[in-house]
Amino acid sequence: MNIIKFLDDFTTSNILDGKSSRRDIFGTFGDLGKKAAIAAVPFGLAALSSKKAYAQSMDADPVGALQLALTLEYLEDEFYDLALQSGVLPTGRPETVYMQISKHEQAHVDFLIAGLEGAGVTPVEKPTFDFTAGGAFDPFNENGAGQDTAYAQLLALAQAFEDTGVRAYKGQAGNLLGSPFLTAALQIHSVEARHASEIRRLRGLKGWITNNERGTGMPDATQPVYNGEENVTHGGVDVTTLGNGEAFTMEASTEAYDEPLSGDDAVAIASLFIVEE
Amino acid sequence: MKKKIIKVHQPKGFNNRRQFLKLGGLAVAGSGLLWACSSDDDQGMMPPPDSEVFDLGEGDLGVLNYAYALEQLEADFYTKVVNSFYGSISDEEKQVLTDLYYHEVNHRDFFKTAITAAVEGNTELVLPTLEFDYGDLDFGNRDQVLGTAKVLEDTGVAAYNGAGKLISNPDYLLIAGKIVSVEARHASAIRTLINPGSADFAGDDAVTVDTGLDAAMDPSDILAAVAATGFIKTEFTANNLP
Repeated sequence: MNIIKFLDDFTTSNILDGKSSRRDIFGTFGDLGKKAAIAAVPFGLAALSSKKAYAQSMDADPVGALQLALTLEYLEDEFYDLALQSGVLPTGRPETVYMQISKHEQAHVDFLIAGLEGAGVTPVEKPTFDFTAGGAFDPFNENGAGQDTAYAQLLALAQAFEDTGVRAYKGQAGNLLGSPFLTAALQIHSVEARHASEIRRLRGLKGWITNNERGTGMPDATQPVYNGEENVTHGGVDVTTLGNGEAFTMEASTEAYDEPLSGDDAVAIASLFIVEE
Repeated sequence: MKKKIIKVHQPKGFNNRRQFLKLGGLAVAGSGLLWACSSDDDQGMMPPPDSEVFDLGEGDLGVLNYAYALEQLEADFYTKVVNSFYGSISDEEKQVLTDLYYHEVNHRDFFKTAITAAVEGNTELVLPTLEFDYGDLDFGNRDQVLGTAKVLEDTGVAAYNGAGKLISNPDYLLIAGKIVSVEARHASAIRTLINPGSADFAGDDAVTVDTGLDAAMDPSDILAAVAATGFIKTEFTANNLP
């Protein structure tokens, strides 16, 4: 982009306050180019086929954090697109909810790609996804699971993806500290949480995570999404010791705080649905 | 340099609260506003020159005190909600509002403890316990309770999202992250209670359509909006936050 325009945008105080135009925000992303130039190693699909190297790289800096975010957004975006095309979703609330979420995931993909490119970084390419996870699921009813089973899996996978997204963005916050990407990442993070709450409630669960429970009807394979959510100590304070009432039980205390997921753990979860080539 | 303190007075009432977030978008001339709205008729009067009004502070301490103020408001509001549920409340609504009460009380007490520890017991630096006044808000009215809850939760999300960049300690940033996503989960649930079956949980009024981004607002904008509700009676300043 035009460097003068970028500098102009970047000195505008409200660039990342959610009211600015896409162009303005890209301008802000552009600033990372200067910082990222030092560490910018474009990630390609090749990196994805080496999970360990990928994850290590991803934890290292703001660019890695955003590449991980983009990978997860690709996954969610394609999942919701296919879900809406599958004919499995009932009309009414489920379809309305999936359409709204799909709209956001597409926007997140576009936003992150443009932002990375604006920063002079090559975005990771979209992986090839397999939402059957090697035949374990049939969320789009392509293999004869039947509408009811497929729909149940469609909801379960959406919950797992959204709860993972919330934890993964949170896990990258520290890597974005001091970078102009932080606010935008937080603004995506809370949208993922809104999605997660709605999907969970659509499934008949609470919108928040109790202990490390994945919830009724969630496949065993999704437990890694919830491991660690039972933590009650934040900044050295065990919140269950703060009082005696219902607000300080394990249940309420774990619900009141969401936990981060490391880049490694987020990649491991996403990798279940990525076909290595 | 100490900024001039201006008494903010806003009439109370539900119509006013509906503008809560909108007000946040208004430019505030100088951030040295006094965040208080008693029902006194002293609009426009200056406070005592050497007032002992608490200032939230600067840097991470300022952000923590700011979060503590918002959590005090949320906790107090839901305490009142659960102590006198509106009539004909559904089981689902009762469960959601009770959980929100638990969570916000937990957040509030966490901040009090964490800030007190951070300032090594120098309690003069910890925001005092605030007093609240909900004016003519009718806690027996479902629409008013859920409508206010929605605004409080959306405002909490925008506040934490906007405060992240002001935090320098990664531990505090992570804690803010742990809380903001729960506030967003709350906002989503309340919005669906208000309009079941809709896309409001992450509605176009909250999430910018072409970027998919939630709101992020500076403390001055958030506090101006909070002041406009008149809910917080205790005066404090945020002279060292943007």
